[in-house]
Amino acid sequence: MDPYATLIQPFVEFGFMRRALVACLALSLGYGPVGVLLVLRRMSLLGDALSHAVLPGAAIGFTIAGLSLVVMSFGGFIAGLAVAVLSGLVARVTPQREDASFAAFYLISLALGVLIISIRGSNVDLMHVLFGTILAVDDTSLLLVVSIATLTLVVLAVIGRGLIVECFDPGFLRAVDGPGAILHFAFLVLVVMNLVAGFHALGTLMAVGLMMLPAAAARFWAGRITTIAATSSAIAFAAGYAGLLLSFHANLPSGPAIILVAGGVYIVSVVAGPCGSLRTRFLPRRHLEA
Amino acid sequence: MTAVFSLNDVTFGYDRHPAVHHLTGRFLAGSLTAVVGPNGSGKSTLLKGLIGLLSPLDGRLERNGVRQRDIAYLPQQAEIDRSFPISVVETVLLGHWRTIELFRPATRALWRQAEEALVAVGLDGFGRRPIASLSAGQFQRVLFARMLLQGCPVILLDEPFAAIDAKTTADLLAVVTRWHGERRTVIAVLHDLNQVRENFPDTLLISREPIAWGPTAEVLRAEHLFQAKQMAEAWDDRAEICRRSVG
Ligand SMILES: Nc1ncnc2c1ncn2[C@@H]1O[C@H](COP(=O)(O)OP(=O)(O)O)[C@@H](O)[C@H]1O
Ligand SMILES: [Mg+2]
Repeated sequence: MDPYATLIQPFVEFGFMRRALVACLALSLGYGPVGVLLVLRRMSLLGDALSHAVLPGAAIGFTIAGLSLVVMSFGGFIAGLAVAVLSGLVARVTPQREDASFAAFYLISLALGVLIISIRGSNVDLMHVLFGTILAVDDTSLLLVVSIATLTLVVLAVIGRGLIVECFDPGFLRAVDGPGAILHFAFLVLVVMNLVAGFHALGTLMAVGLMMLPAAAARFWAGRITTIAATSSAIAFAAGYAGLLLSFHANLPSGPAIILVAGGVYIVSVVAGPCGSLRTRFLPRRHLEA
Repeated sequence: MTAVFSLNDVTFGYDRHPAVHHLTGRFLAGSLTAVVGPNGSGKSTLLKGLIGLLSPLDGRLERNGVRQRDIAYLPQQAEIDRSFPISVVETVLLGHWRTIELFRPATRALWRQAEEALVAVGLDGFGRRPIASLSAGQFQRVLFARMLLQGCPVILLDEPFAAIDAKTTADLLAVVTRWHGERRTVIAVLHDLNQVRENFPDTLLISREPIAWGPTAEVLRAEHLFQAKQMAEAWDDRAEICRRSVG
């Protein structure tokens, strides 16, 4: 096996592979910290719910403008936000907890999305929206992905401290009269925005995988929140790179290939990572013998 | 003497149902008051009302010249995620929230103050440890260090020494005494009556309404304590707001 031909040449030779790789890099930068914050807030499944919530908006965009990424993204963004805001409202004004209201609204949203697509499009289109086509990322969608990643990093730089405090000790933030509600909402906007960025490349169903799996894995490698977020981004990018190669050489769909690589990294992390993994639990290092 | 909080027949509660009512009196600036009473008698509710997390259902509460951010508050059950990947000194540094807020930088001087606060609560050298590695008592010391940094003129503590070892309790009581010496207003919910008698000049005994409020020795008399217990047992949690006839 020639390492150059296997590992590098596909990206040199094919523009679509290069664009896919850049898209993965941009996605990873935002997904790392956002995913870690979701995990730390114990809202991992909320990412999943939101990713499904994006669907009807994307579908409506699709029925209006066909496979136009910009229109579909905008629709997806609005639909995701609507679900987030409605669930948040129900959780605030009724005793129902946010996880239940989120589940309710995203299920409605998902059914609506599938319905719209099945009336207007062929099944191929549905597959397209659900599983994405990273190998068909064009310059417009690449620009969109990179813009969203940049905006995410800027927003995180500004409100990151607040997001961490709101997640670590929400009672303290309330007691010092901090902007808890605004931060919570800004964070949901970030999540939806990033899922929209990922859905061209990976599809609505797969995008959340690249957000959550590296974040969940990173906790087994680092102990400080900044390092965890950086590790998470690195894992996401590595999974993107390896997944693209896998999909190229084995002729597999790229979205699932990338997510499965990330899943593999997660399992290795659970078993062998240095922080709290199975290995450190059950094979503790021997005490220093005096 | 100026009052920090003046209450005039105040009712606090949840979902329009009172939890504690007919609160009338003043917490004077610089006073050190213990709040005692049976379980469920409205002590935590009172503190939440004083800081402004609950607004009065009825009556008048005046905060004389203190804003919410001038009050440091240690809740009974902190909603803190103790497994969160954050270090001890970073947690203490949050006490500077009023200064740094969302994105002002935490300067060297602020970090140094955080380290000093750790020394003051007996956690010298613990700064870099993750909070997940602390015992309950050590963690309570961290929260006190954070309040030291907040430097607020008014401090509300809800059962600060519940489930804490004796040594930690003694050390943290010394911090409370120091605050009192600095003329800060401290209001603490406590259970240990001996601790109250020894360390707190004033006491408010409540059982859904004030039973007695004043110098500790006068408040903590047997007949008051008996009355408090009886009133706690007679309370109806679903009652509507009641107004005393004026006059
Ligand atoms: N969040 C809440 N919602 C509704 N009722 C509450 C809430 N918190 C406390 N209560 C009720 O208010 C009453 C007083 O509670 P609390 O102030 O916590 O008592 P204490 O701190 O003296 O033990 C209790 O009957 C309790 O059930
Ligand atoms: Mg209480």
